[in-house]
Amino acid sequence: MTALQKKSENPIAHLTTEDIELIGKELDTIRQEIRDSLGEDDAKYIRKVIDVQRKLELGSRAALLVSMFPPAWVVGTVGLSVAKILENMEIGHNILHGQWDWMRDPKIHSTTWEWDMASPSEQWKHSHNELHHTYTNVIGKDNDLGYGIMRVDEDQRWHPLYLAQPVWNFLNACFFEYGIAAYDLELGKNLATKKRRNDPAFQAGVKAVLGKIRRQATKDYLIHPALSGPSFLPTLAANFTANVVRNLWSHSVIMCGHFPEGVETFERTSIDGETRGEWYVRQMLGSANISGSKAMHLMTGNLSHQVEHHLFPDLPSNRYAEIAPKVKDIFDRYGLTYHSAPLYKQVASAWHKVIRLSLPNGWMAETTPKNAPAQVIKLVRMTTGGKKVRRELSKAAA
Amino acid sequence: MTTTVPRPTTARPRVALRDRVLRLVELATTPLLPSDYLDLVDPLRSGADLRGRIEAVIPETRDAATIVIRPGRGWKGHRPGQYIRIGIDVDGVRQWRAYSLTSDLGRTDGCITVTVKAIPGGKVSNHLVHRTDPGTVLQLDQAAGEFCLPDQHPEKALFITAGSGITPVMGMLRNHPELTDVVLVHSAPTEDDVVFGAELRALAADGRIRLVEQHTDTAGMLDAPAIAALVPDLHERSTWACGPVGMLEALEAHWETVGVAERLYTERFRPAVLVTGEGGTVSFAKSGTTLEADGATPILDAAEDAGLLMPSGCRMGICFGCVLPLREGAVRDLRNGEITTAAPGDGVLIQTCVSAAAGACDIDH
Repeated sequence: MTALQKKSENPIAHLTTEDIELIGKELDTIRQEIRDSLGEDDAKYIRKVIDVQRKLELGSRAALLVSMFPPAWVVGTVGLSVAKILENMEIGHNILHGQWDWMRDPKIHSTTWEWDMASPSEQWKHSHNELHHTYTNVIGKDNDLGYGIMRVDEDQRWHPLYLAQPVWNFLNACFFEYGIAAYDLELGKNLATKKRRNDPAFQAGVKAVLGKIRRQATKDYLIHPALSGPSFLPTLAANFTANVVRNLWSHSVIMCGHFPEGVETFERTSIDGETRGEWYVRQMLGSANISGSKAMHLMTGNLSHQVEHHLFPDLPSNRYAEIAPKVKDIFDRYGLTYHSAPLYKQVASAWHKVIRLSLPNGWMAETTPKNAPAQVIKLVRMTTGGKKVRRELSKAAA
Repeated sequence: MTTTVPRPTTARPRVALRDRVLRLVELATTPLLPSDYLDLVDPLRSGADLRGRIEAVIPETRDAATIVIRPGRGWKGHRPGQYIRIGIDVDGVRQWRAYSLTSDLGRTDGCITVTVKAIPGGKVSNHLVHRTDPGTVLQLDQAAGEFCLPDQHPEKALFITAGSGITPVMGMLRNHPELTDVVLVHSAPTEDDVVFGAELRALAADGRIRLVEQHTDTAGMLDAPAIAALVPDLHERSTWACGPVGMLEALEAHWETVGVAERLYTERFRPAVLVTGEGGTVSFAKSGTTLEADGATPILDAAEDAGLLMPSGCRMGICFGCVLPLREGAVRDLRNGEITTAAPGDGVLIQTCVSAAAGACDIDH
């Protein structure tokens, strides 16, 4: 995922400044059309989703009261997993984006909403809405790219520790909500120096996260199991499973948004004095969609329309599907690539990248059944040898 | 369990117990509240935010209707002449408006009524009169307003109303049968446009009130001296007036001139006409700052230039990190020119980074 500015073939080299501003105007028009047509049907949609989600959660938790009976455990766990996914994706994420603020309903509003996840909504809104959505895919500014914790770019120097990156990525997926909380706190950066550690704002943030985690854990791992009486342990296991399922699912969806092969990243200096048109084009190049059924779109919180979401993060998610053909048309007319593929393909593509980059540059591409033994020996030497060995061997490969 | 178990004599421990139970339930519902789930079942239950359900919409004239509302358990009742603020979703957007209560306090079904006249271009009034179905759930505030009869009822009363201004007066007439010496001067475009026309005429026929109907399409409008001239014993009467701002101001001036200003009570439905323009005075009540902003500068920038500490985020209208309540006034969305207005009590949330003042603004910050 070499930054676009360092690539030999720039995918937007054919666009003039006027083209880019025209793209911006066309997208503004699409946005306005949707804004003008928002109404009762949209309001009914989000209220319906919330209503269904709450009833599904209540029903599933009720079934889990007798979770010692295997059928109840299965039904309750599946239901709770789906409810938690809906709550995080189609409801929480989108409300916290302000997509439903236009309804002026204080109960469904980005300033009042709190969600079922380790990170308090206030902190998440800052790191997600302000940082990720403003600086999408800008290296050094958008931490969603994962530079802090993973090797996501050939230009990042390889180190043997990165061999564990697939395992680390899987663990992060299982406990994704805690990863997000740590990420929202910028834990790595803020724990690094004493000054940052003692910053009252950081400490208040930590306190808020710990309080939230405590309440969440008390609910899922103490109160509801206790209410189940003799089914204490099965209910605890069910709630844990539902949380892990939700985490794995949201991690997969989010990996698909910006990680599949072909999605562009940008140099830090490239956004100096960026116009609205240029910002739009960066969003277009920096996102990938998931194609699939209506149910799949719902379960991803319509992040399957990642391109449309990044262009219009504050438009209600139920409208992305109808915008998509118009947006794709703009891509086609201006000669840009609209990345869209089924979920399994995008997940595989993202994981392929994680694995490829866990290995030294070029190692995976060069490896064939024939030279496999030699390649493994080389990898072992690079892993066990010092910096010098690594540099020499990677140079030889290049 | 039996009902003969002695109950605690003081209310205090019971409240504490209820709170403790509630806190325990909250542990099971976090991050939502128990009420979020209970609202799914019964939005009108006691302890819920005050809401009401529309039971019926009864046409009164071609552009007015009485809305029968079953208020939630938390409804504390009202005094005739008071109004309630109603929050209703029109085209998906929550809108708040105040309407006078017209119901008989003695209704056995426990419902309350407001009577709404659809005004041309009125988003909420037209929706309520023409497009609302029974079953719709409304947000309510408790009754408010001082446009009521004093505890010591006046022997003689004069009511001066125009258009929908009759509504609070109807609320009083229905609930104060002990008022026997009443003059009502009411103006409406035509005979058919008189809201509660039949009921008022019946009251007049019974001799309970003296009714002066002025049909302005044919007879023109009555000015304040003309109204006063209709009532020879004006000095002996307490007067309640409700109608357009112009009429009320004329009445206030005339009553002042003839020296009975202290016996005139007026009710304005809309406190002032909102003037929208380019830029305006923006006041931040909590920070105690007032500034002049032009129509092209985001309120966020103007406030920060004035040294105010403002919540902010992307500064391009996507992250909603800068949202603050507009308590009163009008702002223009710099992206598309859309005007958003707020009347006192609305607290409409606006994105300060893409909103410029379009008239005077009062922002809660």
